[in-house]
Amino acid sequence: MTKLKKYWIHVTLVLISIIFVGPFLWMFLTSLKTYEETIQVPMIWLPDEIQWVNYQIVNEKFPFLTLYFNTVVVVIATVFLQLLIASLAAFAFARLAFPGKNLLFLTFLGLLMVPGQIFLIPHFQIIGVQLNLIDTLTALVIPNIFSVFGVFLLRQFFAAIPQELEDAAKIDGCSSLRIYWQIMMPLVTPGLVALGILTMINSWKELLWPLIVNQSIEKMTLSAGLANLIGEHTTYHEQVMAGAVISVLPMVIIFAFFQRKFVESIAQTGIKG
Amino acid sequence: MNKHREALTGYLFIAPLFLGLAVLFLYAFGQNIFLSFNDVGVFGERTFVGLENFRELLQDPVFKRALGNTFFYTGLGVPLIVSISICLAWLLNQKIKGQVFYRTAIFIPAITLPAAIGLLWRWLYNSQYGLINFLLAKVGIEPRAWISDPDIVRWSILIVLVWASVSYMVIILLAGLQRISSVYYDAAQIDGANTRQIFFKITLPLLSPTIFFVTIVSMIGTLQIFDLIFLMIRADTVAYQYANSLVTYFYEAAFGLNLRGYGAAISVVSLILIFLITYVQFRLQKRWVHYD
Repeated sequence: MTKLKKYWIHVTLVLISIIFVGPFLWMFLTSLKTYEETIQVPMIWLPDEIQWVNYQIVNEKFPFLTLYFNTVVVVIATVFLQLLIASLAAFAFARLAFPGKNLLFLTFLGLLMVPGQIFLIPHFQIIGVQLNLIDTLTALVIPNIFSVFGVFLLRQFFAAIPQELEDAAKIDGCSSLRIYWQIMMPLVTPGLVALGILTMINSWKELLWPLIVNQSIEKMTLSAGLANLIGEHTTYHEQVMAGAVISVLPMVIIFAFFQRKFVESIAQTGIKG
Repeated sequence: MNKHREALTGYLFIAPLFLGLAVLFLYAFGQNIFLSFNDVGVFGERTFVGLENFRELLQDPVFKRALGNTFFYTGLGVPLIVSISICLAWLLNQKIKGQVFYRTAIFIPAITLPAAIGLLWRWLYNSQYGLINFLLAKVGIEPRAWISDPDIVRWSILIVLVWASVSYMVIILLAGLQRISSVYYDAAQIDGANTRQIFFKITLPLLSPTIFFVTIVSMIGTLQIFDLIFLMIRADTVAYQYANSLVTYFYEAAFGLNLRGYGAAISVVSLILIFLITYVQFRLQKRWVHYD
C-alpha cells in the first residue's frame, strides 16, 4: 500500500471514530458543566470550572448503588445458570445417543426464529402472576437461563473433542457426569467464555422484560432504572449526563480490559455452524 | 455403557433445558396464540372472540402506522447497517497501525445501555441547545426539532438505530474478513487485479455467508425495534405516534392499556411478518451467498 493511501485510510478512520466516540465525549463534557453553561448560546465546549459536584447530586437523587448491585446479581446469576444448563444439554446433544435427539434439537432451533415479544405476555402470566415473582430479581433471571443459542454454540465445542479422550475415560470407569464435568468442561472453556460474554452483554442491556415485570425502583436493574430517569428528571442536562456517564463507565472499563475476549466472542456468533 | 443407560443419561442432561423451554417457550408460544383469539381483562378473565382482534387490527390506524414505521426502519435500516458495516470492516482490515484503537472506538455504542444511548441522543438532538443543531448551524443548515417534529422523527430514530447497530455488526464482519485466506488475495495480485476488482470479485463473494448472517440478524433486530423509540420520544407527544413500531405498540397495548388479547394479536402478526421475510431471505440467499 502506498503512503498516501494509508494516510487517507487513517483520516477516514479517525473521522469515523469521532462519530462513534464523539457523542460520549460530549456526554462527559456536559456532565462537568453548570446548568447555565449547558444552555449558553452560543455554545461553549469546555466548562469554566469542572463541576464534579454534578455526580454527587445525581448520585443522591438516584439509587445508582442499588441499581448496580441488582444488575451485578442478575447478570452473574443469568450467566452462571445459563452456562450450566446449556452446557449440560450441549454435551448430551454432541456426545450421547438417545431416541428423539434430532427432533428435539430441531424443535429447539425453531424457537430461535421466534421474536421475543411473543413470549412476554405468557411470561408475565407464568412468572409474574402464577409464580408470584413480580418485583423480584429472580423474575429477571428466569426467562434468560434457557438458551437455545447457547446450546447451539457450545455443541460445536463439545463435538470437536476427540473421541479417544472419551473412550479412555470410559475405560477408566468414568461416569458421564464426570466425563462432562472433569474432562470436557475444561476443554470447552473458550466456548463458555464466549457464551458468557454474549449473555453478559445481553443481560446488561435488556430493557423490555425488566420494565414489564418490575415496577419498584429497588428491584430494577440499571437498564430499566435509567429508563425511568428519562421520565422523571430531565430538566438538568448536566445531571442527566452525569447519570449517563455513571452507567456507561464500568462496562467500558471491563471492555478495555477484556477487549480481545469480547471481540472473539462476538466473532463466534458469525461463524456458520 | 449399554444403550438404555446412555439414553437415560442423555435425557437427564437435557432435562433442565427441556423443562424450561417446554414451559416458558413452547407452552408460552401456544398460550400467546390462544390469547390472540380472546378478549383478556385486567384480572385475566377471558372471552373467546375468534378473529375479532385481528379484524380490529386491520382497521386500527395506529397499528397501520406502527406497521408502516417498522417497515421504514427495516427497509432503510438493514441496507444502511449492512453496507456501512462492510465498508468500515474493510477499512479496519487494512494493514495499518492502530487497528485495535479504531475497533475499540467503534465498538463502544454496542456495550452502552440503551437508556444511556437514549439520554445521550436526546441531548444531542435538543432543538435549542443540542450539539447537532449547533454543528449544522456552522455549515448554514437551519435548526430542527429532531425528536418532536412528526415529519423527521422517524429519520432521527433511524440515524441512532444505524449508529448503534453498525457498532456491533462491524465486529462480526471484521472477523469474517480475517477468516478469508490470503491465498486468494495473493493470486489476484499476481494476476494484476486492482483494489476495486479485488473488493468486488474476491472479498464480497467470500464474505457473503457473513454478510447474509449480518443481514438476517439486523433484519430481526430492526423489525423488533423498541428501546430507542421508547427512550427517546415521550409517549404523550404527537411525534410518538409518528415514530411508533410494532413492538412499542405491542407494549403500549398489552401492558400500558392492559389489552392482553389485542397485544397478543399484534405479536402474532409480527411473528408472521418475521417468518415471511426471513423465508424470502433464505430463498434469495441461494442467488448471492457462496459457501466454499
